[in-house]
Amino acid sequence: MRVADNLNSALHELLEHDPDVYLLGEDIADPYGGAFKITKGLSTRFPGRVLSTPISEGGIAGVAGGLALTGDKAIVEIMFGDFVALAFDQIVNFASKSVAMYGKSLPLRMVVRCPTGGGRGYGPTHSQSPHKHFIGIPGLSLYEVSPFHDNRAVLREMFARQEPCILFEDKVLYTRHMYDAGELFKWDVDRDVARVYLDDPAAADCVIIAPGGMAHRAMAAMRGLLLEHEVNCLLLVPSRIHPFDLDPVIPHVARAGAAVVCEDGPGGAGWGAEVAHRLHTALWGRLARPVGTVHARDCIIPAAPHLEKEILVQESTIRQTVLEVLGG
Amino acid sequence: MGDVLTEEAGPGGLAQLGGLSRLADDDLRTMLLIRHFELKLLDLFDRGELSGTTHTCLGQEYVPVALAPLLAPLDHVFSNHRGHGHYIARHHDPHGLLAEIMGREGAICAGVGGSQHIHRDRYLSTGVQGESVPVAAGVALHLKNREVGSLACVYIGDGTFGEGAVYEALNMAVLWRLPLLVVVENNGIAQSTPTGSQMSGTVRGRAEAFGAGHTRLTSLDVNELRTGLRPVVDLVRHEHRPQVVEFVTHRVGPHSKGDDTRPAQVLREARSNDWYDLYAAAHPEHFSSLDAAQRELIADIAEEVAARPLSTWEPPCV
Repeated sequence: MRVADNLNSALHELLEHDPDVYLLGEDIADPYGGAFKITKGLSTRFPGRVLSTPISEGGIAGVAGGLALTGDKAIVEIMFGDFVALAFDQIVNFASKSVAMYGKSLPLRMVVRCPTGGGRGYGPTHSQSPHKHFIGIPGLSLYEVSPFHDNRAVLREMFARQEPCILFEDKVLYTRHMYDAGELFKWDVDRDVARVYLDDPAAADCVIIAPGGMAHRAMAAMRGLLLEHEVNCLLLVPSRIHPFDLDPVIPHVARAGAAVVCEDGPGGAGWGAEVAHRLHTALWGRLARPVGTVHARDCIIPAAPHLEKEILVQESTIRQTVLEVLGG
Repeated sequence: MGDVLTEEAGPGGLAQLGGLSRLADDDLRTMLLIRHFELKLLDLFDRGELSGTTHTCLGQEYVPVALAPLLAPLDHVFSNHRGHGHYIARHHDPHGLLAEIMGREGAICAGVGGSQHIHRDRYLSTGVQGESVPVAAGVALHLKNREVGSLACVYIGDGTFGEGAVYEALNMAVLWRLPLLVVVENNGIAQSTPTGSQMSGTVRGRAEAFGAGHTRLTSLDVNELRTGLRPVVDLVRHEHRPQVVEFVTHRVGPHSKGDDTRPAQVLREARSNDWYDLYAAAHPEHFSSLDAAQRELIADIAEEVAARPLSTWEPPCV
C-alpha cells in the first residue's frame, strides 16, 4: 500500500466511525479529490462533513477552530504546506493559545495537514518545509507522516491530545510504499519511534534521526555506508517531532556515541538544532563528536530539477555527514 | 484623512434630546452596571490598582443590552478586545469579570485571560482583530448541522474590516448558509484612526458584496433597536441567512486608558450621543434612582473583589 492510500483510508475510516469529524480544504471534493488525491472518495461518502472550501487558508483554519470549540474534530488540508503561513494566526493565536489561555484546559481537536518538501520541481512557493516556524509553540504538537507509522493510529493520537496538531506530509512519500525498509534492513517500532537497522539496533556505529519524509534518503545512505564503508547505522523515525520524546532515542545514541539529525528545511534555529542540543545536554561527555546535522542549504528552493538538487538534502549529504561524525 | 465618499462611512451628527423611550428596569440596570463597571476600571487604573491594559465600552453599553434577550442560552457569542459590556449583558457577572481583570479568586479564567480573553459556557472573547469571525463561522457550521435554531453571534468593530479574515468568513458563511450574525459596533474610530481614514466604501457595501444581509441602526433607544433587530436575528436563526448588523455608535471614552487624541469637536459630538446623558435628561427620575444604586453596587463589588486572595493557576507546561 502506498503512503497516499494509507492516508486516504485512514481518513475514510475516521469519517466513517466518528460522526463528529469534519474535513475541510481547497479542491478536496470528488471527482478531483485534492491536489494530491489524498481525499479521494471522501466527499462522495460524507457530504456535509467533507467540504471543499474557497481559497482561504486562514479562514478555513478558523472554521476548523470553531468546529473544535464545539467538540467536533476538524481536519484541514492545506494544499501546499507553504500556504500554512496564511493560517499562522488561527493556528498560533487562536487554536494553540486557546487550549490554555482561558485558565482551564480547553480541548480543541484539530489537525492541519500540510504537504511539504521539494523534489518535485514545484519551485520556491510550493516546496518548503515550514516545520521550524511551528516548533516551540505551547499547545501545538507537530507530527510527520512516515512510511512506518499507520496514519489511522497517528490521526487518532492527534485527536486524543485534545490540542491542535500539524501533520507534515512530505510529498515525495505519497507514492512510496508503507512498511518497506528494503531488502537489507529490518524495522520495528519502539514507542513513537520506528527503528530501521541491519540485524541488531544495539550494534550501530551511528544513529540517524530523521522524520518520515527523509526516511528513504536516510535508508539509501545507510545502505551505501554499509556496503561501501562498512559503517552500520540505526535509523530512528519519530511520528511526533515536537514535542519530541527522546526517551526511545537516548539509549541508542549513548551506546553508539555518534548521531546525525536530519531535516528537510534549511538548518539553524530549527528541528535539527533543537534535537542536537537536547542530545548534547543529555549525553555530554559520552559523545565521541558533536551531533551532526543535515539540512537543506539556507536558500529558497529553485524549480529546475538540477538547481533544486543543489539545495535540498540528498542521500549523499546524509552519508557524508555520518562519515564526518565518525571521524572519517 | 481620506475623502468620505458616502454618508455611511462614519457616524456623526447630534442626537435629539429627549428622544429615548422609557426602558425596562432590568435593561437600564444592566446598561448602568456596565457604565459604572467601566468607569470603575478607569478609576482603578488611575489609582494604580490594575495592571496591563483595558478597553472600555463607554457610550456603547446599549448595544449588547439591546441584543441580549434576542440571543438564546444555546447561542454562541464571540467578543473582542472591547468586550466587558458584551460579557456583562450576557452573564450578569461583574464579580467574575472584575476578578479576572484584577487576578483575584473567582476570576472567570483564573486571571490568565485578563480583560480580553474570556471563555465561559458559549461566550468567548479574544484579542486579535477579526480572528473570531472564521471561528464563529465554524461554530455556526456545527450549529447548522447539529443544533438547528441556534446561532453564532460575533461582535466586531469598524476597524476590524481591515482584516482579511472577516471577508474569508463572510464568504463562507453566505456560501454555506450558516447561522452567523455579525454585529458591527461602528464607533467611527479604530483606536486613534477615524473610520474615514481606514475604510474605503461602506460596511453595507462589504456585506452586500458577499450576499449577506445588512442592517444599519443609528438609534440609541434599546426598545426601538430591539424591534428592528428581532426580524434580522430571526433571519439568521431560522433561515440561515447571515446578517451584518451595523450599530452606528459612539465611543465616549478613550481607546484604552487616557489615550484619546480626537479633536475637541469630535469628542463633543461623541459625548452628545451618550445614551447615559440623553436618558438622564429624558427620564430623570427613573435614571437617578437606578444610577445611584448601580454606582454603589459597583463600588461595593470593587472593594470586595480587591480584598480577595490572588487567583491561582497551574500552568499546563510540558
